[in-house]
Amino acid sequence: MTAKEAYEDIPGTWVFDAQRARKGFHLNQFLYSLMKAENRRRFLADERTYLDEWPMSEAQKVAVMKRDWNTLLDLGGVSYALAKLAFTDEHSYQYMAAEMCGLTQDEYAAMMMQGGRKLDGWRSKKERGEA
Amino acid sequence: MAKIIAGVGTSHTPAIGAAIDLGKTGEPYWVPLFKGYEPAKAWMAETRPDVVIMVYNDHVNAFDFKIIPTFAIGCAEEFPIADEGWGARPVPIVKGYPEFASHLVQSLVLDEFDITIVNQMEVDHGLTSPMSLLFGTPEAWPVRVIPLAVNVIQYPAPTGNRCYNLGKAIKTAVESWDEDLNVVIFGTGGMSHQIQGPRAGLVNKDFDIAFLDGLSKDPEALAKIPPLTYLRDAGNEAIELVMWLIMRGALGDKVDEIYRFHHVPASSTAVGCIILETDEYHRQKTGKAAA
Repeated sequence: MTAKEAYEDIPGTWVFDAQRARKGFHLNQFLYSLMKAENRRRFLADERTYLDEWPMSEAQKVAVMKRDWNTLLDLGGVSYALAKLAFTDEHSYQYMAAEMCGLTQDEYAAMMMQGGRKLDGWRSKKERGEA
Repeated sequence: MAKIIAGVGTSHTPAIGAAIDLGKTGEPYWVPLFKGYEPAKAWMAETRPDVVIMVYNDHVNAFDFKIIPTFAIGCAEEFPIADEGWGARPVPIVKGYPEFASHLVQSLVLDEFDITIVNQMEVDHGLTSPMSLLFGTPEAWPVRVIPLAVNVIQYPAPTGNRCYNLGKAIKTAVESWDEDLNVVIFGTGGMSHQIQGPRAGLVNKDFDIAFLDGLSKDPEALAKIPPLTYLRDAGNEAIELVMWLIMRGALGDKVDEIYRFHHVPASSTAVGCIILETDEYHRQKTGKAAA
């Protein structure tokens, strides 16, 4: 297995490698812009218009508007930049992490209180029969 | 001569800084964590280093992907606190040490570690959460700080082995500075955690404990852990632990473990803390002869 194949075999994970980073550059620049209060205000007032100021793909723009976090990861978004979109919506990081797992925030918090997600069953797509 | 006297490994979870800033440290969720850090804080108050070298990573706050330095040293007079999207943390500005930092860069580059020089930079929770955990909430930080930012966001991060060897070169660099200074080096981030995708929330306590053991007893073995093992076995963001190997490399062969603590969770993270004194400093402090 090449290094890339090996990390592509990790379930439920998008490793942010150079190719994904390249694809996500403008998406992440847009997300970075949300660090400024004025930009957050403009974005929330008219998301589409604000997004059209950035040379992002249509798929990226749609995923932003749908807050489709896992698709955004796949399209080159990096979690720390995506968090700025969650914060713009006045959600916590944990809210976004829960949505990525398909859990409610309470379910996710409860899982963490019980020691977090166990590695068993989450180590390899091959082991899970997904690849 | 300047000397590295000890190393601190600690998580830098942003929720920890937020809990301190919002006065939540007495809430049941947070009590075990802050209780676990009390001995570490007491150790720091007693040790009173002159300078901290803070090995941490920026989280898309100072570096926004236009430029991605693998290793960057902050050489500025001071480092303002970044607004990460919810307002800047109300903590004191971080005072640097430009002359000493520049000396470190010079020594490291000649030692074949190609360090990026940063003369202006804001610092985020990666640096300020550990400061709050170990120094509390003073009006001004009681120590000068040299930030050493490591890319662990875009794969690949530098390998554990590269980090370990950088630590060794930092020891040499520090010891070639004439001024008598006690330096404590921090390795931050980790421990096991994943904060993205359907696998978010992953924690591997066995991995963490073995890592803490290795820091004390067999860092050479830890330095051989390949990047993939961190990602797969301890979570996508557990790769941050390579930064602890920079800290460990800077302490020399033999260390004395003073304290350790492990706790789950802080938000999505398994939190760890370890304090290691160099054997030389430890013997000096305790009056023990070399074994």
